[in-house]
Amino acid sequence: MFGVFDGHAGSACAQAVSERLLHYIAVSLMSRQTLEEMELAAECLKPVPPILQWHKHLNETEYQEITSQYFENLRVYWQHLLDLDAEPAFSLEEAMICAFKRLDSDISLEVQAPQEKELMRNIALQVAFSGATACVAHIDGVHLHVANTGDCRAILGVHEEDGTWSTLPLTRDHNAFNEFEIRRLKREHPRSEEKTLFVNDRLLGILIPSRAFGDVQLKWSKELQHSVLENSCDVEALNIYQYVPPSYHTPPYLTAEPEVTYHKLRGKDKFLVIASDGLWEMLSNEKVVELVAGHLTELNVQKPQLAFEKPVNLGYMHSLLLQRKNRGIASLDQNVATHLIRHAIGSNEYGEVDQEKLTAMLTLPEDLARMYRDDITVTVIYFNSETIENYHRNNE
Amino acid sequence: MFLRLLSDVRWQVTHPKWRRMTCSRRSTSSTAEPAPVPLPAEAQVVICGGGIMGTSVAYHLSKMGWKDVVLLEQGRLAAGTTRFSAGIVSTARHLSVELKMADYSNKLYQQLEQETGVSTGYVKTGSISLAQTQDRLISLKRIASSLSVMGIPCEIITPKQVAQLHPLINIHDLVGAMYVPEDALVSSANVSLALATAASRNGVQIHERTSVSHVSIQKGRVTGVETDRGQIKCQYFVNCAGQWAYELGHSGKEPVHIPLHACEHFYLLTHPLKEPLASNLPTIVDPDGRIYIRNWQGGILSGGFEKNPKPLFTEGRNQLEIQNLQEDWDHFEPLLSALLRRMPDLEALQIMQLVNCPESFTPDMRCIMGESPTVRGYFVLAGMNSAGISYGGGAGKYLAEWMVDGYPSENVWPLDLKRFGTLQSSRTFLRHRVMEVMPLMCDLKVPRWDFQTGRQLRTSPLYDRLDAQGARWMEKHGFERVKYFVPPGTDLLDLEQSKTFYKPDWFDIVGSEVKCCKEAVCVIDMSSFTKFEISSTGDQALENLQYLFSNDLDVPVGHVVHTGMLNEKGGYENDCSIARLSKRSFFMISPTDQQVHCWAWLKNRLPDDSNLTLEDVTWKYTALNLIGPRAVDVLSELSYAPMTPEHFPSLFCKEMSVGYANGIRVMSITHTGEPGFVLYIPIEYALHVYNEVMNMGQKYGIRNAGYYALRSLRIEKFFAFWGQDLDAFTTPMECGREFQVKLEKGMEFMGQEALLEQKQNGVYKRFTMFILEDHDTDTDLWPWWGEPIFRNGRYVGKTTSSAYSYTLERHVCLGFVHHFDEKTGEELVVTADFINNGDYAIDIAGQRFQAKAKLYPFSSLFAQRRRKDEEELSGYQRE
Repeated sequence: MFGVFDGHAGSACAQAVSERLLHYIAVSLMSRQTLEEMELAAECLKPVPPILQWHKHLNETEYQEITSQYFENLRVYWQHLLDLDAEPAFSLEEAMICAFKRLDSDISLEVQAPQEKELMRNIALQVAFSGATACVAHIDGVHLHVANTGDCRAILGVHEEDGTWSTLPLTRDHNAFNEFEIRRLKREHPRSEEKTLFVNDRLLGILIPSRAFGDVQLKWSKELQHSVLENSCDVEALNIYQYVPPSYHTPPYLTAEPEVTYHKLRGKDKFLVIASDGLWEMLSNEKVVELVAGHLTELNVQKPQLAFEKPVNLGYMHSLLLQRKNRGIASLDQNVATHLIRHAIGSNEYGEVDQEKLTAMLTLPEDLARMYRDDITVTVIYFNSETIENYHRNNE
Repeated sequence: MFLRLLSDVRWQVTHPKWRRMTCSRRSTSSTAEPAPVPLPAEAQVVICGGGIMGTSVAYHLSKMGWKDVVLLEQGRLAAGTTRFSAGIVSTARHLSVELKMADYSNKLYQQLEQETGVSTGYVKTGSISLAQTQDRLISLKRIASSLSVMGIPCEIITPKQVAQLHPLINIHDLVGAMYVPEDALVSSANVSLALATAASRNGVQIHERTSVSHVSIQKGRVTGVETDRGQIKCQYFVNCAGQWAYELGHSGKEPVHIPLHACEHFYLLTHPLKEPLASNLPTIVDPDGRIYIRNWQGGILSGGFEKNPKPLFTEGRNQLEIQNLQEDWDHFEPLLSALLRRMPDLEALQIMQLVNCPESFTPDMRCIMGESPTVRGYFVLAGMNSAGISYGGGAGKYLAEWMVDGYPSENVWPLDLKRFGTLQSSRTFLRHRVMEVMPLMCDLKVPRWDFQTGRQLRTSPLYDRLDAQGARWMEKHGFERVKYFVPPGTDLLDLEQSKTFYKPDWFDIVGSEVKCCKEAVCVIDMSSFTKFEISSTGDQALENLQYLFSNDLDVPVGHVVHTGMLNEKGGYENDCSIARLSKRSFFMISPTDQQVHCWAWLKNRLPDDSNLTLEDVTWKYTALNLIGPRAVDVLSELSYAPMTPEHFPSLFCKEMSVGYANGIRVMSITHTGEPGFVLYIPIEYALHVYNEVMNMGQKYGIRNAGYYALRSLRIEKFFAFWGQDLDAFTTPMECGREFQVKLEKGMEFMGQEALLEQKQNGVYKRFTMFILEDHDTDTDLWPWWGEPIFRNGRYVGKTTSSAYSYTLERHVCLGFVHHFDEKTGEELVVTADFINNGDYAIDIAGQRFQAKAKLYPFSSLFAQRRRKDEEELSGYQRE
């Protein structure tokens, strides 16, 4: 599984979702037997076998206490699954949808539950009153599922037989530019609100994405919001943005339910790019695929130690080395994700990286930076075409 | 400067011969792959490492009569860096001791084939060092001056002459070159094998495929060596493990710190030219292009020292074997560009191979030799900075002399392992420093160059305070010291541009600091000095120090004595000031880089007596030197104590209060001959005392000053520095310090006999001060040190230090004058008359400047002298 999580109104919600969502999906996909074994271990206070193998930076989680609370709620979730009489037997699509919704509901309930420790309570508040979009890809052999909530985007880079590259978007952005979303919201709310659903291309004039985790301001009733916030200490200190829009009549306006797409990988699908909206604002799908493909080719050139047929003379070697050196300046990134971000924020009007612009963009003071650029997260997943082709050969 | 390379095919031929010979000597087996000969249980000396260094040490030891020697090599002889060496023997060296080593090596290799019957591939090709800039040419001219007075043929030639000597060189960007016709090429592996062969004939046992796991040490002495094939008891161990020397030093329970670090080094081999190059074609060194080029089997061998070296093996020896190192053509590109620029006709030449062979480098670009300061009998010879072949013969000889005679026949302090301590032994430090050192192999070496890496390790508590006031720093033994203070609003050149052989940009800044020292008062942070305390319950401290030091230390409590710490030959091992704190305790101040050497010297000679303690208190005290006529006023106002000469005479030491702080050791010396005091302040009071001094000093015009001002002051006063002017081969008699020796007192002390003999027979060199006469400070090259001195047109010695005297408004050089017999070259006694009756000239990069010689300082020039000033004629702090 691979995920990109883009927070807004603070990082708390994105942090929590990034730490928790994949566990929820995993639990949704587990067999009844596995869940029973885990429950047994938890009951006996034995260590529960790890649910996931993480590929992430160490020490990313913040507090031990929070982790254990998250774990408790995850346990409640699997207990719930166990309580269902039958084997859950979710399809992957159902499992992902269920996991997204369950996590969002847990986020919403945790802040309403009584909590003695102030630190824990504050964190729960921050998580619920900030928001996050999420895009998660699940890959099992050639089966690729992408679940998306909000305006992150996942696209495939496809290497056509004629050697050209094309793009295959796997998600639809959930925002005011998406007809389906507008229609969905209109369907869910009375006609009287039709005009106020999207103001200035924002949901209720507030939020750019039309689906998200957290953001209880757009999910709870006014009364609930008041009662929760009343009991809490210092709303301002926690940077909680509380503003009830004028036409707030029929909450919830916002959901965390994802749209899930399925794609069976083909030999010509070479890579998947998942990125937050910050990247897509600056670069088109086509440009992104072109950059990744270019980088891929470059890697192939650079990697094998300069292949030359001996004997070679000094002059030839010299010109070869100079060529490589000149090319080397164009792509100084080993990491393709860095490469994309460099282009996203450093490109000039000709689409070339301009060092000065790049430097300027990266050294903006923090308070100004948001006016010129969004934060950007990019994950690029390369597929092993050989394995995919083998699969197709064996299954035909 | 160089090189490494390859052993070539002869290695394959020679090697079986070698094995046959050793087998017939020691093996009873006659099978094709004979079983290894068992190791001896015991030997006098075990040498680890069968490269050029190990075999050279074995060769020289056995020649000097030490034959119970075992040489162990983990792989095959000459299989490490030695095998890959470029085989260039080059005598063009900056340092005189390095030059002598290279010259000896060259002469040794030349006759080695005849001596041993092993072909060494020795060819006298000569070498040409090219200059693309005027500054480079100056640098070459300085070397040429040194070579000439050593009797090594060498000349500065024009680009046209270069073209005549070498057909392929593009000379269009050259301004000149230096030609050394006697430089040579060898097959380095075969030289090593020849040395091994000769050593083996002399009785040295050689065991290949035997690796040393660690050295056994008991009570601070080597007792044996553990190998993968068993143990050998021995009295001496010699670590010649090359780039593994650091690790081998750390393998035992008691680490021996050998600060060196490997970097990858690349050179290119080509097929022969259509018309193969002659084997006697001179080697080309193009330092501005960072490359060297030699002929190799009709083609060329060319490598260099890139700006962005690749250090390796920082984590220690790993799976990466030397043989597996990757070629890196992209990394080599700048050097290849330089090669094709220098020899454009080579474009069509076919490449054979790019060789990657690691080289070890040291923190100061000089090799490491000598005995461990902590483990007796543990000797080291390693860290050749790419000059292993050039130094191999001479370095092996010096180390063998060191072991057999107790000290080499030359002053090797610049190469002594004891110039380093544990503080240069951090892997991170070494990794960073060698990345600076390797490019420096080709960089221009200008006066007063400071390393930029590995800095800010040891600092005074006042560091930040001084830095904020514009201090510019240099480093000595890891300690940051102020050069001078840049006044606000003054712009100095940036680092690269400030490299000059001429008048430097700080000239006026230092001038005003000197002026302030003369007229008002300056404060210089001198915390880096090495400080020891020696105390005892009874008279042991005094008794032992009286033997180890040449001056009389039985002085009243509170007196400070300048004294040498002499060796048996009467030479200075250290030059220091010792204050008698009480009847039974002494406080000793030595130069900064004496911390390891002096400690080891004393530890090895003081009796093992629990009632006698020696403590290194360097870190406990911050030293502030208050120099100038108003120092008295500042200090008496701060202490409410009279500080005038009547109450506080010169060379006096007293603990007193300064400001709120008590227990400050105040000594009435300044190491410059100017009036003033040094305050030794317990570090927690340092900031307080400094602030008090600066506040109080304001009305007396106090300002900060640095070591450059100090140096100018001490040199114009004819004060010698240990390590610069004084060394283990200089006696007090030779530098006019007989008054600091207790010859008349009937007490026995180290070096006494040698000094008595000199007193009787006279000295063979004499420390002399030279005032440059027709030298224009603004437009002429500045002297540095190492310039040849000529008397009546004949070479008589070299300078050891120099500075501009702002008082005399002239340059002053200090140096030693010898008297060589005009016919035989034999050294004769140097008398005062000989010095005084001569016309002198100092040779700066080939240009001679008239100089006036003086045996005594200009006392009349300096007003406000105090009675005992003469006694203070012995500054000892170094550059």
